[in-house]
Amino acid sequence: MSNMKTEANAIKKDSTIKTILQKMGSIIALLILIIVFCIALPDKFPRIANVMNILKQASINCLISSGMLCALITAGIDLSVGSNCVLCTCTIAVLVQHGVKNPALLILVGLCVSTLAGFINGTLLTRLDLPHPFVSTMGMKNVLLGLALVITGSKSIGFTNTGVDSLMWIGSASIFKSGSFPGIPFSFILVLCVFFLFNIFLRKTALGRKIYCCGGNPEAARLSGIPSKNVLTFVYTLSGFMAGMAGIICVGRLASANANAGATYDNDAIAACVIGGASFTGGKGTIWGTLTGALIMAVIRNGLNLLGAQNDIQYIVIGSVIILAVTVDVFRNKMEAKARKMAAQ
Amino acid sequence: MSEYVVELKNITKRFPGVVAMRNMSIAIRPGEIHGLIGENGAGKSTLIKVLTGVHIPEEGDIFVDGEKKVFRNPVQAREAGIACVYQELNIVRQLSVVDNVFMGRAIKKGLLLDYPKMEAEATAALTTLGHPEIDVKKECGKLGIGQQQMVEIAKAVSLDAKLIIMDEPTSSLGKEEIEQLMETVRSLKKKGVAILFVSHKLEELFELCDRVTVMRDGEHILTEDIETMTEERLIAAMVGRTLDNLYPKEFGEKGDVWLEAKGINEAGVLHDVSFRAHAGQITCFAGLVGAGRTETMRAVFGADPIDSGEIFVKGKKVTIKKPADAIKNGIGFLTEDRKGQGLVLSLGVRTNLILANMKGFSKGPFLDDALIEKTGQENVASLKIKTPSLDEVTAQLSGGNQQKVVIGKWVNTNADILIFDEPTRGIDVGAKIEVYNVMNQMVKEGKCVIMVSSELPEVLSMSDHVVVMRGGRVMADIDRGSEHFNSEDIMKAAWGGELD
Repeated sequence: MSNMKTEANAIKKDSTIKTILQKMGSIIALLILIIVFCIALPDKFPRIANVMNILKQASINCLISSGMLCALITAGIDLSVGSNCVLCTCTIAVLVQHGVKNPALLILVGLCVSTLAGFINGTLLTRLDLPHPFVSTMGMKNVLLGLALVITGSKSIGFTNTGVDSLMWIGSASIFKSGSFPGIPFSFILVLCVFFLFNIFLRKTALGRKIYCCGGNPEAARLSGIPSKNVLTFVYTLSGFMAGMAGIICVGRLASANANAGATYDNDAIAACVIGGASFTGGKGTIWGTLTGALIMAVIRNGLNLLGAQNDIQYIVIGSVIILAVTVDVFRNKMEAKARKMAAQ
Repeated sequence: MSEYVVELKNITKRFPGVVAMRNMSIAIRPGEIHGLIGENGAGKSTLIKVLTGVHIPEEGDIFVDGEKKVFRNPVQAREAGIACVYQELNIVRQLSVVDNVFMGRAIKKGLLLDYPKMEAEATAALTTLGHPEIDVKKECGKLGIGQQQMVEIAKAVSLDAKLIIMDEPTSSLGKEEIEQLMETVRSLKKKGVAILFVSHKLEELFELCDRVTVMRDGEHILTEDIETMTEERLIAAMVGRTLDNLYPKEFGEKGDVWLEAKGINEAGVLHDVSFRAHAGQITCFAGLVGAGRTETMRAVFGADPIDSGEIFVKGKKVTIKKPADAIKNGIGFLTEDRKGQGLVLSLGVRTNLILANMKGFSKGPFLDDALIEKTGQENVASLKIKTPSLDEVTAQLSGGNQQKVVIGKWVNTNADILIFDEPTRGIDVGAKIEVYNVMNQMVKEGKCVIMVSSELPEVLSMSDHVVVMRGGRVMADIDRGSEHFNSEDIMKAAWGGELD
């Protein structure tokens, strides 16, 4: 009996080590990247202004990734987030062109449009029984992009000097400025708040747990009285809402609405989640891992930019990092299994 | 020529956190049918995987025809003449019989596949097995399960396997198909092929095998001629103790009708199904596979939509459109397929235990971690769930323990009416008895238990009341006190006969 208990303790200890490793793995990667860039660019990269810049650049991807993470946990995917984010920005731009200046109203309408698009994603998936969210969200990706092009007449619409500075403030402002300190981007503070709520939501609430259950086995969840379809619909609606929130950040961050701006957003969000430990088979992934993943992406982009690398090189590096991150994850799992095996002897 | 075709000597195999096989030895003679039996988790699957080169053992030796071999991968085991027909068939349903038989070792003529030759060989292999009627060009998915299994065996035969391992080959077959399979096994034996026959069903071992090996806790317990064996000794060797009673029936106090169905119809599936189940009783649903018993339960539970019919819980008419409605009315449903429908295998014991009652374990929108921990520990203790911790992923548990987690899930909903669909299928003898004791306990607490079972001894021993179904219809309704409460009459009704 005591033997069994020590064994159980050993396994428990192992699993804590495992979770720490899983959490730390991407953080270690982030630290290594930072050190590399600090050495390569000693007078450009490690400056406080640049750090704040990275956080600002990461904000949009962070917000989109949080919704994407939920979709990935359910073993799904949301390919429409980029178009949805852009549609939100474009909707706001068109409203501004037509004289709507009230920031609260603009935010509300933008979020509603994106949330509705997310809800449609979920409805298509669960009520029409489309085989995989890949299908419904890929379809919606094109539809939403088309809508954004239609309402803007395929033109870029600027926000500068249109009387919506308070709306632009959200995406562009920094707070706690003092002397040489450039201030913390408001958008990143918003990200931290959102992620804090997501952490509680995913770990501590019944609905959060249900998302993991539906990802693991939707039929078992349904037969246990969990309304799987509603949970999935919620997940895609949430993903739409987060894309909308990212769209609002875009207003100030890009200072213009351009239907083609979101081309890389879907992939960036998936990459952030996967680098952060989420899996396409569902049931895995944490919000802090996703934050780290998004920061890794932003650090790479920023560092390469400062090095003077063009877009083409950035693509190659980011692609390699994604593959490397997943490979390391697989390797780490194998090593842990081996360690447990040794412990059993 | 050595005495044994395949011999394992002192094999030890370790896995993360557990020694799956310790110092195991087994020797199989040419042309013998060798039974292998043991409880779930006894190490049978590990043994099979060592034999087929899926797992590489840490210690011990493998001999084929007296020659020492080391299998580093399944291909090497296959080349040495060891083939396996797994319980979950390795058939690609979209491909033809020929493609399946020659998977991974297609015969080529130059660069192209030599289909005529492969077809001839596949037909020859199936003819050897007594199944020349299977069209080798047919898509495998269109064959019955029994025929698909024959395709798997044909694969082994066309390899000229010396040893064919069959892992629970009868678990998904009907009675007739089992007969056919046994014939095939016997004809293979006559050709000098050795068979390692892994089964949970004792009667099959006695009918088919020459010798039998019992495993327990990853160790070899005994190997003996089946003729000198008795059922009691086999069970005792398996569980490590003598079981006085396989069916520890206890009686509760018969109460009111708690679950009643009136005239349930589901087009093509259920026809005018009515039944009553009392509190304090175990109501069994007997019948052949495909009689509509599971479908009845799914209809009552709201898992499938019905066309017409009424359901009454504790005398009150209720509307059940989805499982959540049934749960609200105090009904719990342990599905037949616990992996596919009962558990979220990728999640821990903790979450699975609260799966059906998240609301009851929440304060507002937040999960009540303290209550979940406390209840989880209680479940583990009272249901004797063997798990290293509440965070253990349920995929890692043995079948019996998985079943106990599913039971715990429904215990935690405080359901008054519990439907057990084939609760003891595929779990070992010890765990079976524990499941029966849980049902006894519930009945004594005055709950209403319904059990769907295809095993007649189980039905006769455990039930207070039997509903017999056939073809989606209720054929008979028999009380334990009735003169019809015997296996002959129940079988008669299940086959469509009239009882007077």
